[in-house]
Amino acid sequence: MASRTPRSTDAKAHSEVASPTMDSLLATKEIVVACGPGGVGKTTTAAASALMAAINHGSKVLVLTVDPAKRLANALGLDGIGNTEHRVPDSAFKAAGVKPRGELWAAMLDTKESWDSLIRQHAPDEQTRDEILANPLYQNIAGRFVQSHDYIAMERLYEIHSAGEYDLIVVDTPPTRNALDFLDAPERLADFFSSRLLRWLIVPYRSKLINVATKPFYQISDRILGTDFMGDISEFFILFQTMYDGFVERSKAVGRLLSDRRTTFVVVSTLEATPLREAEFFAEQLTERKLHLGAIVLNKVLPDYLQGRAGTRVAEVMKDRAEDLAAELSPGLAKSAKSAKAAKDLGDPIQIARVLTEVADSYLNFQVVALREMEERASLAVAPDVLATVPFFDTDIYDLSGLLRLGAQIWS
Amino acid sequence: MTPLLDRKLVFVTGKGGTGKTTVASALALLAASQGKKVLICEGDGKGELAGYYEAPPTAFKEKEVQPGLFAMTMDTESSMREYLKLQLHIPIVGRIGPVAKAFDFLATAAPGVREILTVGKLCFEVRDGEWDMVIVDAPATGHIIGQLAAPQAVNGLVKVGLIRTQTDWMLEMLSDPAITGLMAVCTPEEMPVTETIELAERVRLETTVELAAVVVNRVLPELFGRNEEAVFDALSAPGPLAAIDGLVDGDAGPVLEAARLAVTMRRTRSTHLERLRQGIDPAVPLLYLPYLFARSHGLRTTKQVAGSLGEELGF
Repeated sequence: MASRTPRSTDAKAHSEVASPTMDSLLATKEIVVACGPGGVGKTTTAAASALMAAINHGSKVLVLTVDPAKRLANALGLDGIGNTEHRVPDSAFKAAGVKPRGELWAAMLDTKESWDSLIRQHAPDEQTRDEILANPLYQNIAGRFVQSHDYIAMERLYEIHSAGEYDLIVVDTPPTRNALDFLDAPERLADFFSSRLLRWLIVPYRSKLINVATKPFYQISDRILGTDFMGDISEFFILFQTMYDGFVERSKAVGRLLSDRRTTFVVVSTLEATPLREAEFFAEQLTERKLHLGAIVLNKVLPDYLQGRAGTRVAEVMKDRAEDLAAELSPGLAKSAKSAKAAKDLGDPIQIARVLTEVADSYLNFQVVALREMEERASLAVAPDVLATVPFFDTDIYDLSGLLRLGAQIWS
Repeated sequence: MTPLLDRKLVFVTGKGGTGKTTVASALALLAASQGKKVLICEGDGKGELAGYYEAPPTAFKEKEVQPGLFAMTMDTESSMREYLKLQLHIPIVGRIGPVAKAFDFLATAAPGVREILTVGKLCFEVRDGEWDMVIVDAPATGHIIGQLAAPQAVNGLVKVGLIRTQTDWMLEMLSDPAITGLMAVCTPEEMPVTETIELAERVRLETTVELAAVVVNRVLPELFGRNEEAVFDALSAPGPLAAIDGLVDGDAGPVLEAARLAVTMRRTRSTHLERLRQGIDPAVPLLYLPYLFARSHGLRTTKQVAGSLGEELGF
């Protein structure tokens, strides 16, 4: 079975026992949170990491994704499955030519469904439960409220982890305005429900006693939002208060889990300036909050051969002397053709010169980007345990074979 | 359909990493170069917009960053302060303090309240400001619906009160395709295309705003014509490749390899482009912007993108 695993793994394990790799990171942690700016390949990185762990470590691994691409969801058997955890079938592994030592499970995050199940769990009785589920404010919060996304992702993670079904959970984080939102979400929610303001808001609709300090606030709110709406809000909170203790307790536990040493964070980025700055900021914040920065994965990195100065010279010669080169190459190309017509096309010196120029220009163009990327990478200000780079794949990653290619890159 | 630059309020959205801010800042620059007085508003407060004009940091109070082009950063607290002062005649000097806190709290509790302050400020600038055009570097695709649908959401929840009367005129402005439009930015890659198609559908179903254009950013150049690709393949064969090595006195392998990568990348991307064309209402113009092989991003690249955008719009 070992021969089925990527070859580099064993070689690495013997030569560098001490320095951590993605392999050792995933072997020792229970929760891996993949985070970073949007559009950098967080979902595929999370899925590839989980896949590699399932294949190599013989463990039961869950990847909890937020919004996977359709073809990837299909490949993981997630299509139309939603919130429930689902085992990736053996046939998918067979198609990719591997036999996993462990099991790979996958689940998608359905915000609305997760909120509903949370309410069902915490509601003190059936009547309160039904009233909350039917409240227009609740429906809005569960469906649209931006932060509710962040919170529920962490909440689901906690729930699954507590159930103890998996050796490793790899979680993909929702795209946020600010990559930090989901870290703060549990605490913010706890603050929210324990706020003094909440009591202010509820009091006047229970008793008509309004003190001098809070009176202006109600007057302004009533004028702007209308008394009915204020009534709706307070009704919602009165209902929610019955679940207050459960909620606050829970969000604190979620916060503790994130800072637990069994949890690590993998920051994903590309070498484009804007996402990289964001990723860097995020990595710094993790360290500041004493959360474990396990790895930085740099995706879509252009190949090394684009950086070579020798290549620059060759490209420049090809461009400057395109016509001479074309004249020299023409007879040989014509000879390689399979028919007389093809020989005429292939041997056309004007066409050859044009192709050589295009090829050279394209190299020089991509080199500008590759050199910029190299500089960005060199100036990276944070030092994670593991720094992995993944080359630009010329095709999309949409099945287990694709994930394996990516996985092999970050593994060693 | 009303031409993009004839609209007074344009929201620019897009999946993270597709170049939303680049395109928004270029659109503003283009409009200003057409002699319009333009306000560009950074909606998600990341503080990046100024960099695209190489200008000092922007704030809630707009500043001129290029001739005829003013930039501001949205900030809910300042927006509320302005609102209270102008609409309710409650001047608040110094820190808003408890009132701001209370509203912040309300805004967290009641969806749409925070968004309405943002959208409200923008609509207010369109109605009462001196602008020919207001361009919004809006939240990413995942969040834009919440913003654009905020007036309806609030209307659904609030039956009376000042906010109610005000959402009515905002809704009217947002629903008028001669005034307001949404521009979605994507790249020819799998997820951005999928998200854009889904966004178009949600915009149609859940908001009253019209999708005015889809920008396809970072389109790779077509390297070869049909016959030329055969020539390229022939050149890449071992014999001719060795001949080139000799002629240029070096290793031409990487140079040809890079072209091979560029060709395959473009091919993968063109299937996504085709899917985008199929998935978007043909009445919505698709604008193509080339991949920029640039050293860095700043005013120079913003100008380049504005130039390409201008060509696509027929200037």
